[in-house]
Amino acid sequence: MTEATNAATPDRTLAVRGLVKEYVRGKPVLRGIDIAFAPRGMTAIIGPSGTGKSTLIRCINGLVRPTSGEIHFMGLDLAKLRGRDLRLARRRVGMVFQEYNLVERLTVMENALSGRLGYVPVWRAFLRKYPAEDVARAFELLDAVGLGDFAHRRADALSGGQRQRVGIARALMQNPDLLLADEPTSSLDPKTSVEIMELMDGLAAKAGIPVVVNIHNVELAKRFAVRVIGMTGGRVVFDGKPDALEPKHLSEIYGGESWLT
Amino acid sequence: MAFAGLAVYALYAASTLDITWARLLVGLDEGSKFLGRMVPPNFQRWELLVEGMVESIQIAVLASAVGLVLSLPVGLLAARNLMPAWVSGPARLFVALCRSLHPVIVAILFVKAIGFGAMAGVMALVVASVGFVSKLFAEAIEEISLKQVEAVRATGAPFFSVLFYGVLPQVLSRFVGFAVYQLDSNLRNSTMVGIVGAGGIGGTLFAAFKRFDYDFVAAILIAIVALIFVSELISGRVRKAFQ
Repeated sequence: MTEATNAATPDRTLAVRGLVKEYVRGKPVLRGIDIAFAPRGMTAIIGPSGTGKSTLIRCINGLVRPTSGEIHFMGLDLAKLRGRDLRLARRRVGMVFQEYNLVERLTVMENALSGRLGYVPVWRAFLRKYPAEDVARAFELLDAVGLGDFAHRRADALSGGQRQRVGIARALMQNPDLLLADEPTSSLDPKTSVEIMELMDGLAAKAGIPVVVNIHNVELAKRFAVRVIGMTGGRVVFDGKPDALEPKHLSEIYGGESWLT
Repeated sequence: MAFAGLAVYALYAASTLDITWARLLVGLDEGSKFLGRMVPPNFQRWELLVEGMVESIQIAVLASAVGLVLSLPVGLLAARNLMPAWVSGPARLFVALCRSLHPVIVAILFVKAIGFGAMAGVMALVVASVGFVSKLFAEAIEEISLKQVEAVRATGAPFFSVLFYGVLPQVLSRFVGFAVYQLDSNLRNSTMVGIVGAGGIGGTLFAAFKRFDYDFVAAILIAIVALIFVSELISGRVRKAFQ
């Protein structure tokens, strides 16, 4: 890859400015978000359900079109991109989903390779004629997530934790400059959740890319994130190091206090 | 109340249509004579029979092949969850048009338009296949998990790659099911379009009826039943293989 051999490491700072999203006019889900993310390490976004965390993540890779505002990354304003330009930018942003979102009827290998779909011509993808280096990379990543022996299993034969590992491998196959994760552990048991977080954190650190993760579990957020952002009602109400996150902040983010004790 | 109304209307309809007990008895008598003349079936003109059957099978296979190839894009365009309303609307209208007329009526139209023969039969069954398969295919696509599609889109995949990875794997086995069913259905219908001059065994059957060769009619019917049985057997196997 030519990108990797560039002498200067690219600036992977993600900056969101004045981001507003209204699904219904006059009822904003995001009410002006301003965040400058760190160029490396994990940033956790916490907050109650329905507060716009998923919308924020989806605005960043253009799955949801922002109503207004700017999203600066790698010299582009992702909020302004459309069509082909958006598609090309999206290749540089990997995403891990809450319910894994693997293509159930395809094999683990095909799912991992689908991370290359933005780079590979349609006919090659259709005939499964991926370049040899893509296949080698896929085996390498499946090994890294501990599924080297499962390459030819169908995705619907895997457990939840295994599926999420494939989801991580697929996202990293994009060779991304940024990894997004939307509630990646919400459907998993506590032990598997920790393993998945370790895996994402470790592999992203190895690739030198920042991670933005929506997460419900405050403990996991504090354990893995270098920075925590608290959202409520479509606004950022906390932004700081995990150590600085105190019960009063959590009370402000989630409302009420009785659940904290 | 509704049932009582239905019963009264049924009695009224029977009286206007000359459906009476006496009429049935006369009919049964004629029927037994007709059946009597059908046995034993006469396979002497087997060459004519084989020729007609082969033409029917060819009509069915050709119509299925062309119809299925057309149904893939038409069904896709008609899927409301993947296409904007200005695309899916006209596509759904087209499908509804294909479905609205019975294949025999469509066959008559094609016979009038392009002349007697198998060509008209093939065209008529293509229309029927597109109507049936693309409707079911569109409905199958509307039931897929959009999460899987979203994940493929998120990789930056171009439209057709999203289609081949996010959509088709979810509906392919169902499409195979529809395809096999439609081939079955086309085989049945291809034995019929000949009656209106659109080629196949139907023409031979109709001629035999008109000439009161009821023993030959019986032979043709037996051949058709045998053909449908065999096709059911094969289609069952195919469907199982694609589960």
